[in-house]
Amino acid sequence: MTKPKLTVLERLYLPEILRGLLITTRHHFANLTVHILHRIGLAKGKRGAVTFQYPEDPRPVARRLRARHRLMKRPDGSTRCVACMMCETICPAQCIYIVADEHPDPRIEKRPKSFDIDLGICVMCGYCVEACPEDAIRMDTYITETSSFTREGMLLTIDDLMNHHNEDSFPRHTSS
Amino acid sequence: MSEIAHALIVTGYILSVVLTLAALLTWMERKQSALMQDRIGANRASILGFRAIGLFHIIADSLKMFLKEDFVPARGVRLFHTLAPFISAFCALAIFACIPFGPSVPLGDTTVNLWIFDSNISLLYVLALGSLGIYGIFFAGWSSHNKFAYLGAMRGAAQMLSYEIALGISLIGLIMIYGSLSLNDIIHYQGQQLFGFLPAWGVVLQPLACLIFLTAGIAESKRNPFDMPEGESEIIGYFTEYSSMKFGLFFLADFIEVIVVAALVSVLFFGGWQFPYLQADGFHLPGGTHWALAPLAVGLIQVGAFGAKLFFFCWLQLTIRWTLPRFRYDQLMRLGWQFLLPLSIVNILVTGIILVYR
Repeated sequence: MTKPKLTVLERLYLPEILRGLLITTRHHFANLTVHILHRIGLAKGKRGAVTFQYPEDPRPVARRLRARHRLMKRPDGSTRCVACMMCETICPAQCIYIVADEHPDPRIEKRPKSFDIDLGICVMCGYCVEACPEDAIRMDTYITETSSFTREGMLLTIDDLMNHHNEDSFPRHTSS
Repeated sequence: MSEIAHALIVTGYILSVVLTLAALLTWMERKQSALMQDRIGANRASILGFRAIGLFHIIADSLKMFLKEDFVPARGVRLFHTLAPFISAFCALAIFACIPFGPSVPLGDTTVNLWIFDSNISLLYVLALGSLGIYGIFFAGWSSHNKFAYLGAMRGAAQMLSYEIALGISLIGLIMIYGSLSLNDIIHYQGQQLFGFLPAWGVVLQPLACLIFLTAGIAESKRNPFDMPEGESEIIGYFTEYSSMKFGLFFLADFIEVIVVAALVSVLFFGGWQFPYLQADGFHLPGGTHWALAPLAVGLIQVGAFGAKLFFFCWLQLTIRWTLPRFRYDQLMRLGWQFLLPLSIVNILVTGIILVYR
């Protein structure tokens, strides 16, 4: 690797330091002006900072965001999952645990007795959604805040996956 | 008004200005760095829902400092470990004893001198106390019984010794011109005018010395780009083993040193409390126009002028701190010994030649 040759002016430090100070000072006062204008209710369209004030003002998410999973339902309210084990097989993090059971309806082969996803292991890759032949699992809840004090608390059971409170919950303020 | 009452009142005024400004600087540093980097900065501390643009963080920070455990390492030396932050803060604060925050302001039938003491060794006193601050750092590093603290203290000692020399020598040219070590005389000298219109401020007479002094001063206050003794990203520095208000005192001393440098630069190079063209009886503009002012108004303008200069140089130091990346240690030493020191000696020679053949 060759070092770039510095000119005499650059080697003197001072002109370059002044140039740097000018850049930071410009940012300082431009942002200060925007913040003051915001205080008195002007320049609403201009942002003074790239910060998102997170809990009050969450960051816009993309419509295709892969977030917490949900299991889709048939018209009668039962799960669409046929316990084919495709998602469990493809899952690179091996965080899906399915126990299959016989379905009472003879036209449907199987149903899951239990269907657990360990979010503490899940890498949010979306392969389960791609692999599913029945469109039974989706990752479109836009729930990104998942936390728990215990490892067990990170485990989603079939009830959590089927009965989460917001079905089509794409945030309103989000750019699609 | 008796001497003692006068001294107490002025001391109270100067201490409250300095300590309030130091506390404000902790807030300003966070907010200013945020604005410079397109962020928002501290704004979460609130009282009854009022956030006051993050000003409550000063209270929150100091409360946190006071409530934390005061920890002394098992094999540390408790006496020196406790003494170190006091030395640091004392040396920084005591410098303000002879910095004039304003002229003699007539108040009623008395005059108030806005300095605590003035003597013909003021500048030496400032430099002496500035170099005594090194004991705080070295005691802290040595008594902590921690290799990172020790490393930070060694770096701090070497750095302060190196820059102390450039700092002192850069002032000699100035002293040769002013002919006095009293800060009041220095400020009065700067009230004159060059060629009838240019204020005879130190920065005009000794631009190179001003630059060297500012650089060495920032190095003395141990902040970026010279924050080798702390080295936040690697060794944490001489206060590695400090917690609670002892750390808070070091932290405060850091900001007081910023104000010290700002005050010294404005007194020595930017006319102290002098306002351009303002004299004891009002404005004397270069064209010959005279605008008379009451002595009290003149005093207030001059006190305000010093405050504005102080604030500006604090702001400048914060801007420099958040703009420049850190020096490597050998670069730091090279800058001090091979660059600033020869330049300041050349500055003395040139000043001497000009003074002789003027």
